[in-house]
Amino acid sequence: MSEREIISVRAVPSHLGRRRLVNTIMLTITGALAVAAVIPLVWIVAHVAAEGARFISPTFFTDVPKPVGIEGGGIGNAIVGSAIVVGIACLIAVPVGIAAAIYSHDNATRPLGIVIRFSTDVLSGIPSIIMGIFAYAVVVVPQGHFSALSGGFALAVIMLPIVLRTTEEMLNLVPRSLREGALALGAPRWRTSLRVLLPAAMSGVVTGIMLGISRVAGEAAPMIFTAFGNPFYAADVTQPMATLPHTIFVYAISPYKDLHDKAWTTALVLIVLVLGLNLAARLFTRWRLKKMGWK
Amino acid sequence: MQSPRPSGLKSLGSTTGRFRRWWNHGDLPFRAAIALAGILVLVIVLAIGRELWAHSILPREKFGLAFLTTSTWDPVRQQFGALPFIIGTIETSVLALIMAIPAGIGVAIFLAELAPDWLRAPLGTLIELLAAVPSVVFGLWGLFVFIPDVVKPLGNTLHSAFSFVPLFDGPVYGPSRLAASMILAIMILPTITAVTRDVFLALPRTQSEAAFALGATRWEMIARVLVPQSLSGILGAVILGLGRALGETIAVTMVIGNNPDLSASLLHPGYTMASLIANEFSEATNETYVQALIEIGLVLFVITLLLNMIARLLVWRVARRFTGGTA
Amino acid sequence: MQVRGLNFYYGNVRAITDVNLDVPEHRIVAIIGPSGCGKSTLLRTLNRMSDFVRRSRMDGEVLLDGENIYGTTVDVVDVRRRVGMVFQRPNPFPKSIYENVAFGPRMLGIRNRGDLDGIVERSLRGAALWNEVCDKLKESGLALSGGQQQRLCIARAIAMEPEVILMDEPASALDPVATSKIEDLMRELRESYSIVIVTHNMQQAMRISDDTAFMNVNSQRSGHIVEVGPTKRIFTDPQQKETEDYITGRFG
Repeated sequence: MSEREIISVRAVPSHLGRRRLVNTIMLTITGALAVAAVIPLVWIVAHVAAEGARFISPTFFTDVPKPVGIEGGGIGNAIVGSAIVVGIACLIAVPVGIAAAIYSHDNATRPLGIVIRFSTDVLSGIPSIIMGIFAYAVVVVPQGHFSALSGGFALAVIMLPIVLRTTEEMLNLVPRSLREGALALGAPRWRTSLRVLLPAAMSGVVTGIMLGISRVAGEAAPMIFTAFGNPFYAADVTQPMATLPHTIFVYAISPYKDLHDKAWTTALVLIVLVLGLNLAARLFTRWRLKKMGWK
Repeated sequence: MQSPRPSGLKSLGSTTGRFRRWWNHGDLPFRAAIALAGILVLVIVLAIGRELWAHSILPREKFGLAFLTTSTWDPVRQQFGALPFIIGTIETSVLALIMAIPAGIGVAIFLAELAPDWLRAPLGTLIELLAAVPSVVFGLWGLFVFIPDVVKPLGNTLHSAFSFVPLFDGPVYGPSRLAASMILAIMILPTITAVTRDVFLALPRTQSEAAFALGATRWEMIARVLVPQSLSGILGAVILGLGRALGETIAVTMVIGNNPDLSASLLHPGYTMASLIANEFSEATNETYVQALIEIGLVLFVITLLLNMIARLLVWRVARRFTGGTA
Repeated sequence: MQVRGLNFYYGNVRAITDVNLDVPEHRIVAIIGPSGCGKSTLLRTLNRMSDFVRRSRMDGEVLLDGENIYGTTVDVVDVRRRVGMVFQRPNPFPKSIYENVAFGPRMLGIRNRGDLDGIVERSLRGAALWNEVCDKLKESGLALSGGQQQRLCIARAIAMEPEVILMDEPASALDPVATSKIEDLMRELRESYSIVIVTHNMQQAMRISDDTAFMNVNSQRSGHIVEVGPTKRIFTDPQQKETEDYITGRFG
């Protein structure tokens, strides 16, 4: 034992006043921060709604852009273009994402499974502009010009890890007993996967697709050197095509007030689409989980 | 696991029969297909690296490492040095982190520990929705609302109060490094918050109970148990946020002013790697110019790749901490 | 410490009904009973850890030195400082052995290294762990064996010099050797503290406790104390049929 006398802890005052004060102050700060964190969202949504609603009209959804200074004009071309480009992305990313998720789920502990999961994480962290360059290099350069196809390809690469991960998370929730039961009945593995696992994990797939679409539908950066833009309606996927986010970008950095107004209205359309899908995905998952009784 | 099928039994023994049985059974083709899809993910990551490398050969051969260390960006004279853009990217991202880290951790604490039950889910959803707002909408709002209403007045105040500090040199511009950093901070806040909250929620209940049973106030539990034990996970969250900030393109392009200004002032316009690519790619007229931009993309790719790997490892380590047994 | 007329509710369900219990100084009180009878719930009301149970409420009084710990003038932080707790599973912090024990005193603002060294040594000696760990105080508390971890948690609790120590089946996760060490330790701790221990192990209650309270669920599935008294009498001459059935193994 040391020579000095050991103090009696029981005799030490609790300093309750000071500790309570620090407690209250710090907890209040975190609460205030939480409220503050929501302000930008509310501000953005409110402002986009207020500014955007001023010029919204039925023809805004159907018309193509008119030259600056001429009344009217809309974003029909960009709405159709976004739908086509995002559709192409889904056609590529959804089947690959689901298949890869099943593989990753089945082989979670094998080296290749781990490598694939790691690749998925890495892929989801690569900036979207890099995906644009990638699409430019492998689609635009061989083709010789910008195209909806290249835009869809870039978005597919962005969407792939999102679909993959949400599908896999939902596969992980499927009770083991369900798949073991199917295997015990003599079903081949692939039927177990497709007929038993996947329907049970369907909510994950749907959520993944909705989240994926809501993410890529708002991507402007990769569009700059892939789908590019097109002032007219276009259905040929090998040709340049307008998209909503790219339209907002081009209008916003133009010097014309008229186009700024259109940018706000386009932003309103985009934000309703993106946030709506995102919210729908969340509600859908919650509803599915509750219905399945897993949560 | 052989399911007996009449057709398979009949032709047992013959090679074609065996093939048909194998095919009907279907396991191998199915497995091959899903394995192919899985491997494709890896292939894509490698292919992105390969394409960026292959399409940046001209400037790499011409400038070598000087590409990273020189400051002249002159497409007309075919001189390409990326230093101002690298610095601009790091500067804005780090500044954004300085603003977003305390806020993100604070919000995560609130969500994980303090919010009443009825508020927890809606508030968490709102903050995650902030992450879903498209970058171009952030840019639009930043350019026409946030800069005139917040950044410009703030810049004026900072300039008049600290004009002797080079960071706040005038004149005060609207679109500036400060504007870009603030927008980035808002954009990465949900990332940092969500990951940190999940790390907090992973803390075993027995740990917080131990602290409370010793007479800790809630804040003491948070400051002495929750946060210290979550540090590596928080670091992972911060690195993920950093990765997002470094690669953010459109919003930054719209609010930073796009000028390779060499002054130290945060109130001046700047330029980042991503915004340079977005701004100049479609105007790049000759091969070396395009490839120089792609090489900038390569640099960005390598940086974000490394950051993501580090972040994932850190977050994984936290998850394994308590299940693994020893610290 | 005295419990007077305590009821505890989860939502609308009364989990504990009208409990009265005395914990005299320097005695070990064991609470036994079938699982689900509310033993742990009762224990957690004694240092207000039950405050964390959502949608719960209680009425009645828990008196510590004659003062109701649920009274409006009492700070829960102070209650928990005076009533220490050891949990079912050892839960040391992932910090060094030294920092685990110094955690509480540091919170009270004790920073002097000499003072902390003294408190840590005294507490570890008090928990019969000093000789095993005195040369590795800087190592992680999680690197110890299960029994050592539990004694570290006891050292962490007695570093605050509480008046009462609550133990929630402290040996249920341990092997027999570690269990007997904890039981020896409890007999020593009785010299300085009052102890309330919840256990499902009747032999353990018989071996270590001075008083025993037998809890059971009534017809409304609510926990209540059937009988309480000196341990020897409870196990040799139970007054209630229910108690006799339980200790002779005719029940649960």
